Amino acid sequence: MPISREEVLHVAKLARLALSEEEVERFQEQLNAILEAVGKVSELDLVDVPPTSHPLALVNVVDRDEPRPSLTLEQALANAPESEADAFRVPASG
Amino acid sequence: MASAIDTLRLTAEAAMGMIERGETSAEELHRAYLDAIAERDSEIHAYLKVVEECQGSGVPIAIKDVITTEGIETTAGSKILAGYVPVFDSTVAAKLKQAGLPALGKTNMDEFAMGSSTENSGYGPTRNPWDLERVPGGSSGGSAAAVAGGMAPWALGSDTGGSIKQPASLCGLVGLRPTYGTVSRYGIIAFASSLDQVGPITKTVRDCALLYRVIAGRDPLDSTTVELPTPVELPEARDLKGMRIGLPREMNEAEGITPGVKAEAEKAIELCRELGAEVEECSLPLSIEYGLACYYLIAPAEASSNLARFDGVRYGHRSKDATSLIDMYERSRDEGFGDEPKRRIMIGTYALSAGYYDAFYGQAQKVRTVIAREHAALFERFDLIVSPTSPTVAFKLGEKTHDPLAMYASDILTIPPNMAGLPGLSIPCGLSEGLPVGLQLTGPQFSENVLFRAAHALERALEFDFVPPRLKGESR
Repeated sequence: MPISREEVLHVAKLARLALSEEEVERFQEQLNAILEAVGKVSELDLVDVPPTSHPLALVNVVDRDEPRPSLTLEQALANAPESEADAFRVPASG
Repeated sequence: MASAIDTLRLTAEAAMGMIERGETSAEELHRAYLDAIAERDSEIHAYLKVVEECQGSGVPIAIKDVITTEGIETTAGSKILAGYVPVFDSTVAAKLKQAGLPALGKTNMDEFAMGSSTENSGYGPTRNPWDLERVPGGSSGGSAAAVAGGMAPWALGSDTGGSIKQPASLCGLVGLRPTYGTVSRYGIIAFASSLDQVGPITKTVRDCALLYRVIAGRDPLDSTTVELPTPVELPEARDLKGMRIGLPREMNEAEGITPGVKAEAEKAIELCRELGAEVEECSLPLSIEYGLACYYLIAPAEASSNLARFDGVRYGHRSKDATSLIDMYERSRDEGFGDEPKRRIMIGTYALSAGYYDAFYGQAQKVRTVIAREHAALFERFDLIVSPTSPTVAFKLGEKTHDPLAMYASDILTIPPNMAGLPGLSIPCGLSEGLPVGLQLTGPQFSENVLFRAAHALERALEFDFVPPRLKGESR
């Protein structure tokens, strides 16, 4: 199932990656090879097999709903590329 | 005094004894390793960051850079996190502090733990202390190289598809990938959440058990963790009497296993028999054939979701050229991520996207069930199963960097048990081409004590020397 140039661009958009022209070409080739290899999973007929999302059989793990200390505002903003007035600053949505 | 410490040979257990008997202090030990780092790390490049000050009263430790450490830069080997200084500790980092183990530094790794050679680091590759032309394995290559190069007595790594077991194998060390859920992932920069586990890389099996004891246990901050059913035991065993060992044909005869690796693994298996184990062939027909494909759908799918958090807003790199919010996200991510995370984000996004979900991700989850069932069936007959850890010894830098699929194949033997959440221990079992060969011991979930016992008995009988020959002149 070859992945087209349009599909590469579509996936990059979904993944929020502004790929360069060079990357689009290189990834199209590599993704095709990888998808062909992983597509091997479809050889098996597994209609009646349930999926596994997690390796341990844990169900309904809950904890007491009690407030506890969390990061201070200063800590939360400490690594922000840009902050202003107790908030993360970002460019206008445009 | 520091000059009397042979950092290449000293085990963590022996170092502990020296501190207890007052023969050395934590500060002196820490200094001895810093000296070794100053001497050797310019050519090996195991560390991304060194901690000069000794904070703790015990044996110092190297920490993989995927592990969040308060006040110490943590990048997960990625440029997108350059300069990120966490304001909190991961649970494992907090446990190291509680145990009094001072940090030596943060070790190099494939970016976001995606890779098998440490060549995908955003900060340049790490070299194998056994041969500087070769890779140390990955993604925990920095941790393995630090220990093998006498620059740390022990280290923490993380393992998603083989990132502890494979570098331990390629560097002649012991590496444990614990049962999923026994070590907290709180504060571990996430790659694939249903697979990621932190574990020890050490010189001996007993060191491995000692460190596992420090980090294991349920954590209220990670709801996927559980309490260990039995406490960690320090192994004493000298034989394998009563042990039932399975040899999955597909894992021991897989395409790509070099004759040298096969021969060393066979010798170790023969030794298991001599030590009293019942060894019998068995089969994992679908796990090996479909394991790699299953992993390279599930892990990238989870990664594409986990790595969405790197958006240039709260931490990490932000593009200077952005004109709008979306533009800022897209440019920051393209500038900050290296090739391998981008490839995996793309694969994962594709596998989860409308129209492809059932055929790719959904089908891979079903294959995962098949793999878990196949392994579970074997453990009704066997206490553990054995195979080589890596199909090859350490390969040359640059050998596989242009072919992602060739790199992915390095993990063909470590991935299947990981998909089933099983613990795996790699121990060095011999040399091929003068380079270490690793033997992978896999047991059912929570069987770490059995793995330690078997591996300890084997280790004693094998008498593998973990000091790389080219550094023996520096070992005192």
